[in-house]
Amino acid sequence: MRAVDAIMECLKAEGVEVVFGLPGGANLPTYDAFVDAGIRHVLVRHEAGGGHAAEGYAKATGRVGVAFATSGPGATNIVTPIVDAMMDSVPTVFITGQVRTDLIGTDGFQETDTLGITMPVVKHSFQIRSPLEIPRAIHEAFHIARSGRPGPVVVDIPVDLSRAEISYAPVTDIHLPGYQPNTDGNTKQIRQAAKAMASARRPVIYAGGGVINANASQELTEFATSDRFPVTCTLMGLGAFPAPHPQWLGMLGMHGTRTANYAMDEADLICCIGARFDDRITGKLSEFAPHAKFIHIDIDPAEISKTIPAHIPIVGDCRNVLTKLIKEYRLLEGVDPSRTDEWWQKIRGWQDKYPLAYTDSTDAEIKPQFMMQALYEATGGDAIVTSDVGQHQMWAAQHYHFSEPRRWINSGGLGTMGFGLPAALGAQVGCPDATVVCIAGDGSIQMNIQELATCAEDKIPVKVFIMNNGYLGMVRQWQELFWDKRYSHVDMGSYPDFVKLAEAYGATGMRFTDKATLVDDMKAALATDGPVVVDVRVTREENTYPMIAPGQAAREMVG
Amino acid sequence: MGEPGTKELLSLDELEATANAHSGRKHILSILVENKAGVLTRIAGLFARRGYNIDTLTVGPTEDEQYSRITLTFDGAMHSVDQVTKQLHKLINVLKIRDLEPADTVARELALFKVAVEGAQRAEVMQISEIFRGKVVDVTRRSVIVEITGTTDKIEAFERMVRPFGLIEMMRTGEIAISRGRGET
Repeated sequence: MRAVDAIMECLKAEGVEVVFGLPGGANLPTYDAFVDAGIRHVLVRHEAGGGHAAEGYAKATGRVGVAFATSGPGATNIVTPIVDAMMDSVPTVFITGQVRTDLIGTDGFQETDTLGITMPVVKHSFQIRSPLEIPRAIHEAFHIARSGRPGPVVVDIPVDLSRAEISYAPVTDIHLPGYQPNTDGNTKQIRQAAKAMASARRPVIYAGGGVINANASQELTEFATSDRFPVTCTLMGLGAFPAPHPQWLGMLGMHGTRTANYAMDEADLICCIGARFDDRITGKLSEFAPHAKFIHIDIDPAEISKTIPAHIPIVGDCRNVLTKLIKEYRLLEGVDPSRTDEWWQKIRGWQDKYPLAYTDSTDAEIKPQFMMQALYEATGGDAIVTSDVGQHQMWAAQHYHFSEPRRWINSGGLGTMGFGLPAALGAQVGCPDATVVCIAGDGSIQMNIQELATCAEDKIPVKVFIMNNGYLGMVRQWQELFWDKRYSHVDMGSYPDFVKLAEAYGATGMRFTDKATLVDDMKAALATDGPVVVDVRVTREENTYPMIAPGQAAREMVG
Repeated sequence: MGEPGTKELLSLDELEATANAHSGRKHILSILVENKAGVLTRIAGLFARRGYNIDTLTVGPTEDEQYSRITLTFDGAMHSVDQVTKQLHKLINVLKIRDLEPADTVARELALFKVAVEGAQRAEVMQISEIFRGKVVDVTRRSVIVEITGTTDKIEAFERMVRPFGLIEMMRTGEIAISRGRGET
């Protein structure tokens, strides 16, 4: 068969049900194969949209997301999603077209060194040099993308090779001698961790996206509740532990709760599970958690002791390790549950003193925090929520309580504006029966708004709620706080008219301005068939608090 | 402190961190990689983006044509060898990394020195070369080229000796290294 038909067979063998992409000259043969392949293809309007849709699909379903692009500009357009998937460990495979082999290196039309450009930002990549390599490369790409610490894999296929005749047999004997992720976790270390947790008087569990990637939320909850361990999650980990819950401290980090950050600051033992001590978590590194010892559980050995030296390092899959940790903890004798009483008193004190509060308006004006609470109420807390990047993202993380994993889909590591809408599209394709909501800013929505056409055409009924303050709000906030209110290019003005724009794209447009009817209005939007874009007018100059200023320590939190 | 094998709980005070200490000395990493296109770029790129400085780097075939050997030296005072090794291990094409212990390692490099000498000075340089067990591989009326093999220290010592005569050019291969004894590197 043609190599491109073999590609389709590979995808089917890997269980791929949908591909997001856009055809072009260098992947014409591949697109010809789609005609008969029986694999769903969602035609996006921009390759970046396709890449983020693949990420949204992967994050919502836990399966590998797949995006196709042509050579040159097609490939460079998916670089941002590739980096995004690398930073947030999203299992994804990107298959790019390349110019014919005899043109490679000659600056041919739509030629770019895709492998070279993406090399620093992929988990792995393959440049196909013979058509016979194609099936194995694709199967290996899926294996690498989904195993170990998940991530993006690029397969770059020259157009002439993709037309070659090859014989295809599914590759089942994948053996990569240089890639053997350690998933079990060292039993002695796990036992040591159990003992340390049993001895700690001021313990905190700090969980991240690794718990969600490993499908270990249940195990996390079981471990946390096997004693009364306080739990905080990173932005990427929200939903790994059910919020609200009596042991839930809220998110930690730059815009986390004071309780979570103060608890980290005063803890004597921090058990980090599937997180990586990012600078948005630690603040000033030298003053981070000064009294704590660290247990660090991660599938990626390079994350352990990268920034914070671990006292008990455990390399393994979070689910395997937590399962063993629960067992080891139960076997311990002489554990005194009352040892954390004083700690809990202190935590309750912070929770009472520093709830996530804001001053509500006294008229019809919608405060952004109110908008998030209204959305939580209107969706019954039951939606898959994607977000863009900025103030709205932080308010969503603070005020929408995620009780289950894979409900909160956002761009954490890279902070990609324009992620939300295509990610929602991908999530909705993966979870057709779920309510999928995209929370966007008026700035970020415009970075991939063309995907509204994809939603309308393919009847993908995402509900987009734009928190419209007419600003690049987070940048405005930083200029206000750290640049003496010298506002530089953050005022977005009053265009476009999102209601008209939605209609032009074939979606339903709505505009909400009244706090009193907001919840009911939102319910009406959610009940509307097809894609909906809601322009929610909120307070223009509201800041996201609380906040650890960049480079400061947790105890210096403001707001 | 509660040993892993016992039931006794442990005291947090006794826990010690496996810190990313900087060793402060030169490290020679011997890296076995798949002999595939782009592997060297992946390694060099990793060093560049993580901000690690490579002092020397050599690549060559091994006894098995499927694999190549990269010998790389860097300063352990500037970077944690632990972190460098772990990051290298994340590359799919990297099979094995050895941080070679200086005492258990034979390390050599080759250097070529082009020295501007004539007359009596030529004899002097040739004499020095002999002491260093070097070989004169080219002579012209106004220059000699000397080939020296040895440890980095030896080559640097020779350089100090001949520089005053007028060193036109020096070329060095960078070190290759192999572990002593019967076992594989």
